[in-house]
Amino acid sequence: MTLRPGPAADAANRPDAPDVVAAVAGFARVLRAAGVAADAGRVQALVAALDRLGAGDARRVYWAGRLTLCAGPGDLDRYDRCFAAYFGGRALRVPPSPPRPAARRAAAALAFALPPDGAGGRAGGATARSAVSEAEVLRTADIRRLGPEQRAQLYRLLAAMAAGRPTRPSRRRAPSRRGAVDPGRTLRAALRNGGETIRLRRRSRTERPRRVVLLLDVSGSMAPYAGALLRFGYALARSHPGHTEVFSVGTRLTRLTRALGGREPDAAMAAVSAAIPDWSGGTRLGGELKEFLDRYGRRGMARGATVVVCSDGWERGDAAPLGVQMARLSRLAHRVVWCNPHRGQAGYRPLAAGMRAALPYVDTFVAGHSLAALQELATVIIGGRRA
Amino acid sequence: MRERSAETASPEGLARALEARGYLADEGLATAAFLGLEMARPLFLEGDAGVGKTALAAALAEVLGSELIRLQCYEGIDAAQALYDWDYPRQLLHLRAAEAGGAADPARLEAELYDRRFLTARPLLRALEAGTDPAAPPVLLIDEVDRADDEFDAFLLEVLSDFSISVPELGTIRAAVPPLVVLTSNRTREVHDALKRRCLYHWLPHPGFERELAIIRRRLPGAAERLAREVARAAQRLRDPDALGGELIKPPGVAESLDWTEALHRLGARHLDADRAARTLGAVAKYREDHELLRARLSELIGAAGTAP
Repeated sequence: MTLRPGPAADAANRPDAPDVVAAVAGFARVLRAAGVAADAGRVQALVAALDRLGAGDARRVYWAGRLTLCAGPGDLDRYDRCFAAYFGGRALRVPPSPPRPAARRAAAALAFALPPDGAGGRAGGATARSAVSEAEVLRTADIRRLGPEQRAQLYRLLAAMAAGRPTRPSRRRAPSRRGAVDPGRTLRAALRNGGETIRLRRRSRTERPRRVVLLLDVSGSMAPYAGALLRFGYALARSHPGHTEVFSVGTRLTRLTRALGGREPDAAMAAVSAAIPDWSGGTRLGGELKEFLDRYGRRGMARGATVVVCSDGWERGDAAPLGVQMARLSRLAHRVVWCNPHRGQAGYRPLAAGMRAALPYVDTFVAGHSLAALQELATVIIGGRRA
Repeated sequence: MRERSAETASPEGLARALEARGYLADEGLATAAFLGLEMARPLFLEGDAGVGKTALAAALAEVLGSELIRLQCYEGIDAAQALYDWDYPRQLLHLRAAEAGGAADPARLEAELYDRRFLTARPLLRALEAGTDPAAPPVLLIDEVDRADDEFDAFLLEVLSDFSISVPELGTIRAAVPPLVVLTSNRTREVHDALKRRCLYHWLPHPGFERELAIIRRRLPGAAERLAREVARAAQRLRDPDALGGELIKPPGVAESLDWTEALHRLGARHLDADRAARTLGAVAKYREDHELLRARLSELIGAAGTAP
């Protein structure tokens, strides 16, 4: 076999002469269509490799391509299929891209439907309460049981909440009073004093802000909590600017970071509700997590970050892909925090299939169903201990 | 292009040379190593622990007749441990000696202090300076790069892209003969794409039965043929959750098969029996949970391994 593409390649990919460069470029195009990131640099490497190995032997062409164009075990299977299709003449099968649900814009969805028993919010049925116990109820009550007024108050409190700033150790060291001896500066100081070491100079590691990524589930089952979680995201983005990323997940991944950037909380919320296409749709968390990791996470957004997933883990369809993606996420992220409002209910057990698939890869599992629980989440994000 | 010796002139030649040193490389791995040498590109080897990623670097150094320089990565590794460090105690001594000798010119003294002889070379710098013969480049093994922090990827990329290191006080140190670089990863962390793009990527799978048997026979020629065959068969089953009826936390690699065979051989076993297998289980399974799973199925496992063709 020589480097002549089979009949499956389209007419534009088929060179008139068995020109190696043209055939390789055509093959790379087929690979890219199948989802292998065979960029120009890698193609160049393949041409260089074929220059050394010769392009006459199919096995050598196979290995040269596989070694230079692939970047992970996930690519190998696709590569094999594309290779057989392009050089072997069999039909090219490209995995179908996931179907995209129609975008639904519903700014009105910000006004949440309340559960029928949620009108009063006075758990226990007491009628007269002092202002103090009123505040305590608001702090600990399940958000979905709050009345409209209390909910509005809670939203104001949440938007005003000051979250701490998580940090990570940097590779740089800076002069400091404590820490390890800094031989370089000690020596230079000694040089200035005629070779006499008067005082040991010290240095310690500096700190850099650590990125926080929030993935908020706004699907139907999470609707009562979505408003509060978005305001939580707003508060976090404001107190940790430039290092917070917020995404909504539901049936489609949407980046909300920019929409949340406004100064005025209500204006920010209006921008967010316009940006989210799938308020209260069904959940396909595994697929969306994959999209997040492919498009943002792997390029650096999730690397070394604290990633917070706020969802109840009700996965429509098979939960296995969610487990696979959570494993990827846990390899990239510094810490994975899962916030499930249902966890705040008495007797909660992680029974949802998605939740069970995800839990092995979760570092911290918190509730987030009330103001107090969200404050606890903020503490967990900066790496503090839970109260 | 490097000057070729007969051993490194083709992938097949390289495979034969590796085999002569006790390392059985398949077609893909031999091609990868050949291209790594020819194109002066780092090899990026991924695969489960114990499939022979580190051993390849050692075998390649032996084939090339050059030095193997190893950089073991760990969390928090930084330039002072990977590249170079100034030898401060010696600098101070020099300073004192110069002082005692009555040196007067501080500028000259400072220039003397930042001389190459006061620079302690760590593995990366050592690898750049070690090569003299283009036909025998040193082999630089950057082991378990996934254990280092992700900032370290960017740092490696800088060094590996033009095989030079700049020391602010000295200037740029460039490799006369670029080393053959072998990076290994167990995939506990996704290594940065930009670094992978510089490399030839190869996924090392667990070997099939025939190859595993050949490796055991090659490395442990003293062990009985039947023992080697049964251990190889059992190891294949341990890696297959369907055949085992449960998944191990850490399926054994070739390294574990070799350890197991050697342990059994030292106990005088000529074949794999349930009693000796139970006693030497620690060589092949390293988790308590795995031990429990295996103990429950040992006789079944051994029986299947013994009777299979």
